[in-house]
Amino acid sequence: MTVDPRALRPSASFPDPVISEIQRAAREGLYEIRGFGAKRSLPSFDDLVFLGASVSRYPLEGYRETCETDVVIGDRFASKPLELKIPITIAGMSFGALGANAKEALGRAATEMGTSTTTGDGGMTDEERNASDQLVYQVLPSRYGLNPDDLRRADAIEIVLGQGAKPGGGGMLLGLKITERVAAMRTLPQNIDQRSACRHPDWTGPDDLTIKIEEIREITEWEKPVYVKIGATRTAYDVPLAVKAGADAIVLDGMQGGTGATQDVFIEHVGIPTLPALRQAVEALQELDMHRKVQLIVSGGIRSGADVAKALAMGADAVSLGTAALIALNCNAPLYEEDYAALGTAPGFCHHCQSGRCPVGIATQEPELEERLHPEHAAQRLRNYLATLVLEAQTLARACGKSHLLNLEPEDMVALTVEAAAMAGIPLAGTNWIPGAET
Amino acid sequence: MITLDLQDSSTREVNRRLHRLAPDTNETAWRITNPQGAHSIAAGLTLPISVEVDGHVGYYCAGMNKEACITVKGHAGQGLAENIMSGTVRVTGNASQAAAASGHGGLVVIEGDASSRCGISMKGVDIVVGGSVGHMSAFMAQAGHLVICGDAGPDLGDSIYEAVIYLRGKAASLGSDCVEKEMTAAHRKTLAALLKRAEVDADPAEFRRYGSARQLYNFKIDNVGSY
Repeated sequence: MTVDPRALRPSASFPDPVISEIQRAAREGLYEIRGFGAKRSLPSFDDLVFLGASVSRYPLEGYRETCETDVVIGDRFASKPLELKIPITIAGMSFGALGANAKEALGRAATEMGTSTTTGDGGMTDEERNASDQLVYQVLPSRYGLNPDDLRRADAIEIVLGQGAKPGGGGMLLGLKITERVAAMRTLPQNIDQRSACRHPDWTGPDDLTIKIEEIREITEWEKPVYVKIGATRTAYDVPLAVKAGADAIVLDGMQGGTGATQDVFIEHVGIPTLPALRQAVEALQELDMHRKVQLIVSGGIRSGADVAKALAMGADAVSLGTAALIALNCNAPLYEEDYAALGTAPGFCHHCQSGRCPVGIATQEPELEERLHPEHAAQRLRNYLATLVLEAQTLARACGKSHLLNLEPEDMVALTVEAAAMAGIPLAGTNWIPGAET
Repeated sequence: MITLDLQDSSTREVNRRLHRLAPDTNETAWRITNPQGAHSIAAGLTLPISVEVDGHVGYYCAGMNKEACITVKGHAGQGLAENIMSGTVRVTGNASQAAAASGHGGLVVIEGDASSRCGISMKGVDIVVGGSVGHMSAFMAQAGHLVICGDAGPDLGDSIYEAVIYLRGKAASLGSDCVEKEMTAAHRKTLAALLKRAEVDADPAEFRRYGSARQLYNFKIDNVGSY
């Protein structure tokens, strides 16, 4: 008997991926752990558009007039703030989650573009320090590899309270990636499934954080900018507390932000999207008269120059790239397809960073896979991508009549959906309506 | 001995003075007076100098210490000698929570009691507590030794890795994956050396040893009840 495909009625509650996950859980008895970021559809910068200049405003010449891109991060208290040529930085990703070649490529590309890159859970490697002109050193709850020498040879320090993929959760690195070198850097037994702390060991709450920041400043002679990184949740409360605790800069990671390994249930069901979080953060800074004084770096789902420009127009001082930077290196590229298949996936769908078997040699510690990522070639790809983002953002800024990317403003945009209008605080196109705004 | 008075100077001025010493300095003996509970006193030292603090200190005294020998003649606030790399930090009184948190090396001696989370995330530091420790001490302790001459609060050594705990008194309870282990002659010898370095008078024969059962090192469906 043949099956009439028209009679195959899928269930909205139990589509194929849900059935597959229920049956996987029934087989394995463990939550799904994966990399990448949220895969669900979320209101995003795609739901905003720019209002190019016309009669009421005039544009800058697109190919001739200058549109500046530089930004200074961390000049509130630090005597040596970061001076970035572009407002696009590379987000914290650990050596361990990524291989040494990937870390080196990130550093090389960032250096070529005059911007910063960031360490991750597990400490600083010589490869990334040497490759990165401006390196931000993360201080995480696990304190893996943390030491005062690296604190002093960093250019800025980022105290990590959370990340967008898992606000409230600690780091995770599965056994295959805990090689001899990674284990030694983290003082852990080889091949264990590392599950890091989610709270810092020596402070709790904003008052303690104030004292912690002061200690770090004392140890580094008040030279280095101190960032505070938060996952986007109660942004309206967390940003003011971080400012009052003495942060030079806030790094705000929306729920689209990626991870090397976390529970899928965490990635998809905790946190808020970048769009509303950014609006809340800017409002909080403005309320404290700290907007542009404490810099705001936004990450989580930034993919294009349009995303960069929209984030800056909403009030960010810079953006940070994680997943997109890895994609520029070759993440999910249609190469070594048989190795994707061995992981049960295919190019374009892969989120198996946790496996340690990254087909393109980025999220792996296995030498034969790492060889697939040539640091110089990969850096060139990322450099090209970053340059493209800058050109795109400048194009949009000039069209709005702005001679500096940071001159973009919310009034340059409208929203295409009611949801985005409400979340971003930007009027719905063709109206003056911002849902939820006080009139 | 050179004296720095925190009644006349700020913590910044005191720390800057200590940080700017040349590696071959002959100014190797320092006294800090009137600490009045200030935070971050003598944090980030890098040279083998001795620093005596006459009085009580606030948070993060001797934080991230390297090489220096720091003695607090009084009580210490939260995060004493956090992330210590080497050297020795001694407190003649009690220490608040998270003493020697994430310490990578060196020796921390607390002659009185230590509060909760003493030795949390320790990564190689040796800690000797003359009195008792609070709850969740040696939580996620990765390497090093925690010697407790008194009692331990609840959940001692929860999720411990390869650190070793020597306890003379009683633990209110052991944390997940922390178990009592055999105390061999080699362990008694190690403990005796730790007590001697710490200048604490105690009989190694009266201690028991605790460490990881290593049952939570990897995900296992049967461990669901342990979290």
